[in-house]
Amino acid sequence: MFDDSKTKTVLQVEDLKMHFPLIKGLMRRRVGTVKAVDGVSMTVQQGETVALVGESGCGKSTLGRTILRAYEPTAGHIHYNPRGSDNVVDLAGLNNNEMQKYRPDLRMIFQDPFTSLNPRLPVVDIISEPLRANKIAEGVEAKDRVADIMRKVGLRPEYMERYPHAFSGGERQRIVIARALVTNPHIVVADEAVSALDVSVRAQTLNLLQDLQDELDLTYLFVSHDLSVVEHIADRIAVMYVGRLVEFARAEDLFRRPLHPYTEALFSAIPIPHPKLRGKQHRVQLPGDVADPANPPSGCPFHPRCAYARDICKKEVPELAETGSGRTVSCHRADELALKGVL
Amino acid sequence: MTKTPVLEIRDLQTHFGAREGLIKAVDGVSMTVNRGETLAVVGESGCGKSITAWSVMNLVPKPGKIVGGSINLYDRNGGSVDIAALDPKSAEMRAIRGARVAMIFQEPMTSLSPVHTIGNQIVEMIRLHQPVTKKEAEAQAVRMLDRVGIPKPTERMAAYPFQMSGGMRQRVVIAMALSCNADLLIADEPTTALDVTTQANILELMKELQAEHHTSMILITHDLGVVAEVADEVAVMYLGRAVEQTDVFTLFDHAQHPYSRALLGSIPELGKTRGQRLTAIRGMIPHPLNRPLGCTFNTRCPMAIKGACDAVEPDLIQTGPHHHTRCLAYQNGYTHHFDKKPEGAMRPSETIGGRAHV
Repeated sequence: MFDDSKTKTVLQVEDLKMHFPLIKGLMRRRVGTVKAVDGVSMTVQQGETVALVGESGCGKSTLGRTILRAYEPTAGHIHYNPRGSDNVVDLAGLNNNEMQKYRPDLRMIFQDPFTSLNPRLPVVDIISEPLRANKIAEGVEAKDRVADIMRKVGLRPEYMERYPHAFSGGERQRIVIARALVTNPHIVVADEAVSALDVSVRAQTLNLLQDLQDELDLTYLFVSHDLSVVEHIADRIAVMYVGRLVEFARAEDLFRRPLHPYTEALFSAIPIPHPKLRGKQHRVQLPGDVADPANPPSGCPFHPRCAYARDICKKEVPELAETGSGRTVSCHRADELALKGVL
Repeated sequence: MTKTPVLEIRDLQTHFGAREGLIKAVDGVSMTVNRGETLAVVGESGCGKSITAWSVMNLVPKPGKIVGGSINLYDRNGGSVDIAALDPKSAEMRAIRGARVAMIFQEPMTSLSPVHTIGNQIVEMIRLHQPVTKKEAEAQAVRMLDRVGIPKPTERMAAYPFQMSGGMRQRVVIAMALSCNADLLIADEPTTALDVTTQANILELMKELQAEHHTSMILITHDLGVVAEVADEVAVMYLGRAVEQTDVFTLFDHAQHPYSRALLGSIPELGKTRGQRLTAIRGMIPHPLNRPLGCTFNTRCPMAIKGACDAVEPDLIQTGPHHHTRCLAYQNGYTHHFDKKPEGAMRPSETIGGRAHV
């Protein structure tokens, strides 16, 4: 299934669906379904950073969490190739017991370093918790690993007995990162990992994430709404809209020449970096709001807001298809449109 | 065109008497807003930018208090009133708030009442400040909603905030702030909670409305992209002080204060920083109860001089026709210390020390 070229495919997501029931009333009746992730397919290579972007409610966080099996997927496959092995397992089909073996490989960095750390535990307990939970190490050995990972993320191991309140926002985010990395994971989902940080601290954290990726051979799934951060850190970008992938391509290609009208509109809304460029950039106005994932429009979910929509867009859902240049896009008119990039 | 100020803040001091000690949230801020212009106030969390805004509204939350300085608000005839000297609860202050100085808050969900329709809320606001009948106020509210781009404004008057999306709610808040034709609008992170696409629309709308009404604006933000997009003037704040103020073009090309330069260097720029390391500012923002002596930035500054920067407090110096900086490198009697400073030497180390405070 996986090709044997230089880069190894660590993750192959196939037609993944994550639907949540909408429950209402005293009788807990099911009144509808929120299709948070609705048929996503993508591959992720060893050591690369894939960013998931889109407006709030597009399903980017849910996709990241479903891949980690924080949820039970409704349908689809998550083929995962563990480190140093040729076997491929379908994570989507595993039960909780079977999943246990792979939990240390797939870890998550959370957004808010103020709410994701237990204020009543010292840092050493916070960081070593995944080691204990996954029965990897205990006692002195666990402590050694905590000290080791603290050094790697730029924290002093002497402070491991302190509580989270004694650390600033940037340091706390390093604690969150250390906790994610202490099990020596393979794939790390960073869900808005730098969004809550101040700019100066954000720069430190982004540099740190890049250093750690090289040092520990990590694969990142980087969920973010901040597109200039994404452009800085991502190798490839998956643009999502109402639970679907609309385009998946190398970061540079996407910024230079988007193939999907939504990508064009989204990227054109990035604030300009310099006052001299005011009024010079081409900005696509998007009418209306993001479609409701409980009640998505017919056909292409983007058609009510799309300036290029034709009749076919209202009727048929476009397939996510590969174009000649190895890029994937789901748009009926991808071949005929010449869209503007922002670079 | 000559610039006339609409607001002049001079040496403003707003302090909080906390149990742990006196927190000088705003400690000697001076800045000027010119009529029809947008002043962006940038800085990281805890630098006092929001407290400066609350001080202008004279709405500093307890136990905070304006303890010094002046905030002069000028009317179109040249008369002025010092907001800092007014009692926050006085009738005079209440007449200014909303009518002459209005505010747009960051989170549109918390600044609107969840149990009143948006129509009721706008009408209440209009009738508080203008002697109009309910019918006239309603008509005016519908016009405002229409103007800020809310579809079917007449029907939307009966909607509650939870029935609208974040972008729509922020438009309602803007409509409320603008409905009294205030001279000065204070926008505290107006787009931070919004998606980029919505942010672009809201910024565009605010620019249009500003041009239409000749409103002046203080835009508080940490996003330098937003600053590049809408600001005329920029004031950079660090730990309760304005460290630099100049026009937006000068700031982006010739920032003087090491903090402003570092801030500009730490944002990823489209197409330029890919694969490179960002220039981070070393260390952390000091705790407000434990401000460094001398220049407040000296503990993180790559060009700080021992014996000078950690001992002498720099003044806000006029360094150009339209440029003020608070740094010893530009202050008479100290510039010679900095002769050997390598321009653009902003390569900080990344090791994090312990906390400076307990």
